[in-house]
Amino acid sequence: MIELLSQEKCISCNQCVNVCPTNVFEKVEDGIPVIARQSDCQTCFMCELYCPVDALYVAPDSETPLPVSEEELESSGLLGGYREKVGWGPGRTPVSKHEYMYQLAVKTSL
Amino acid sequence: MSVQQLNDLVLDTDVLVIGGGPAGTWAALTAAGNGAKVVLVDKGYCGSSGATAPSGTGVWYVKPEEKLREEAKGSRYTLGGHLAESRWMDQVLDRTYENMNKLAAWGYPFPLDDSGTPYKRGLQGPEYMKLMRKLVHKAGVKILDHSPAVELLADEHGVGGATGVRLQAGGTWTVRAGAVIIATGGCAFLSKALGTNVLTGDGYLFAAEAGAELSGMEFSNAYAISPTFSSVTKTAYYRYASFYYEDGTVVEGAGSTRGRSVIARNLLQGRQVYARLDQAPEDIHRLLRVGQTNFFLPFDRLGINPFTDKFPVTLRLEGTVRGTGGIHVIDESCATIVPGLYAAGDAATREFICGGFTGGGSHNAAWAMSSGSFAGGGAANYVKKLGERNETRKLRGLSSTTLTHRKTGTPEALTASRTQERIQAVRDEVAPYDRNLFRTDEGLSQSLDRLDDLWKDIRGSVSTRDAEGVKARETAAMTATARWMYRSAQARTETRGMHKREDYPKMDAAQRYRLVAGGLDDIRVRKVEVAEPIAALKEGAH
Repeated sequence: MIELLSQEKCISCNQCVNVCPTNVFEKVEDGIPVIARQSDCQTCFMCELYCPVDALYVAPDSETPLPVSEEELESSGLLGGYREKVGWGPGRTPVSKHEYMYQLAVKTSL
Repeated sequence: MSVQQLNDLVLDTDVLVIGGGPAGTWAALTAAGNGAKVVLVDKGYCGSSGATAPSGTGVWYVKPEEKLREEAKGSRYTLGGHLAESRWMDQVLDRTYENMNKLAAWGYPFPLDDSGTPYKRGLQGPEYMKLMRKLVHKAGVKILDHSPAVELLADEHGVGGATGVRLQAGGTWTVRAGAVIIATGGCAFLSKALGTNVLTGDGYLFAAEAGAELSGMEFSNAYAISPTFSSVTKTAYYRYASFYYEDGTVVEGAGSTRGRSVIARNLLQGRQVYARLDQAPEDIHRLLRVGQTNFFLPFDRLGINPFTDKFPVTLRLEGTVRGTGGIHVIDESCATIVPGLYAAGDAATREFICGGFTGGGSHNAAWAMSSGSFAGGGAANYVKKLGERNETRKLRGLSSTTLTHRKTGTPEALTASRTQERIQAVRDEVAPYDRNLFRTDEGLSQSLDRLDDLWKDIRGSVSTRDAEGVKARETAAMTATARWMYRSAQARTETRGMHKREDYPKMDAAQRYRLVAGGLDDIRVRKVEVAEPIAALKEGAH
């Protein structure tokens, strides 16, 4: 579930508040949003994709909260890692276009 | 609806679409394309809500060549227990082909094949649903996000709108509409299977409250393989998995398709099963990593290499999301038996193209985009015929549980904890493998006794038109869904498609019919004939 909303990185665009399907975040007047309902997080990772500054981190475990260290996530390249792989963000190519998508279909029946 | 509050929103429209996933967005787009004024409401966010948005999916995209089409139609016919129908499969294959070509023209970034032509056999959820939202918006559809519906509105002529709650804006919404399309997805009972926690069977309940019926609810026990530590329920890659016990010995017979029961039986006996994708040839590892980016996400985050490391797996309930049961539709416009009410996507029965089993996402994706367009077109035409009458209708709410604008007097914390208890009570009946996956008359009867009591309890309760009330309505929907599932499962005394009866382990040729359930307090299950078996497909099936 959602574990991090980086105080340093967040630019208060509130995209996470908009896109979260289970309404986990809450807007804050004159501030950055907060994770208001962590237990409602369904661990779908969509907020990470829509965050323009990679300020969010969703830990894979959907049942149990697992506090994380922003520093460690940053140094291991996990912050924004999913968005990069999906190919969202300026100058990136959507993974949906990746030549491997077609090659995989040719080599397997996937 | 007498108490009007500050933030209450009231809109008039031709077509109201409830649900903003693939089926809902295709419905909205098609209705708007047919000249209808459209409002689309989503309980979350149209673009990220539902099972499709966070996933990648194959699509049943088959060129209109006779041989290819016949093969496609036959490929899952036997698996589905011969309950699919040729005419429906043709119609869905045609519309899916057309819609996928439209997506390419509208700018969906497909990969290119060797000749530089877009290769249209799959869709990446985030990209697909981002585009669908943009298209729906461009078509002039009014989108209300974070606006779950709580009940339909109707008069003696049929359904005429819905009301709901504005979770972020505050207050309620009321949309008066000539026709309503339910595209609320299936029901996975809050199992946290990827993207499914918004899918609580709400649309089934709304439809049944309006008098519509549900078909194939016995085909509702899909379980997906997933790592124990993850919500990611993409099962396609487990075809490359070997399954092991903790000591490293192989679990005989375990597999991702027919061997899922073996995994379940081990888990039931308290024996943890581990998987490793060691059957995947090394030269496709990097292709697989790109093919389903999100499959690898939990592994990467935990430093596990699923090709070389064993990891513990579980089976996560996907209910009717990957089952095939849903609202019974009566014609090619996806109309229900209730005038003005249409159903599309996972909310509608998928038996017409899958029978009692869906072997994966591609049929579901095809059904969502085609049934969405059918319903959108059907609803728009219906509204045209309705004419001006729409303006003067006296509509009333159809909720089977009492809804109120005012506070009920019960402390909020108490209401919330009651709802949590009820959710747990439903989950206790539908999640266990020895109740839902492996069914017996005894087990189903016991579950139904408890579920009937729970339903009575819920029926007598009052819920508020706010976030907490929405959860209470979701709980009512899940309880009702479980009861339609198990009543239907009890009536089908055989094993067919995904419906497994321990006490009737064989398919019974005499039971090749659909089971259609209806009713809220008293559930009736009736038999409906299926089109003639497709002999040619039966032979070609594998």
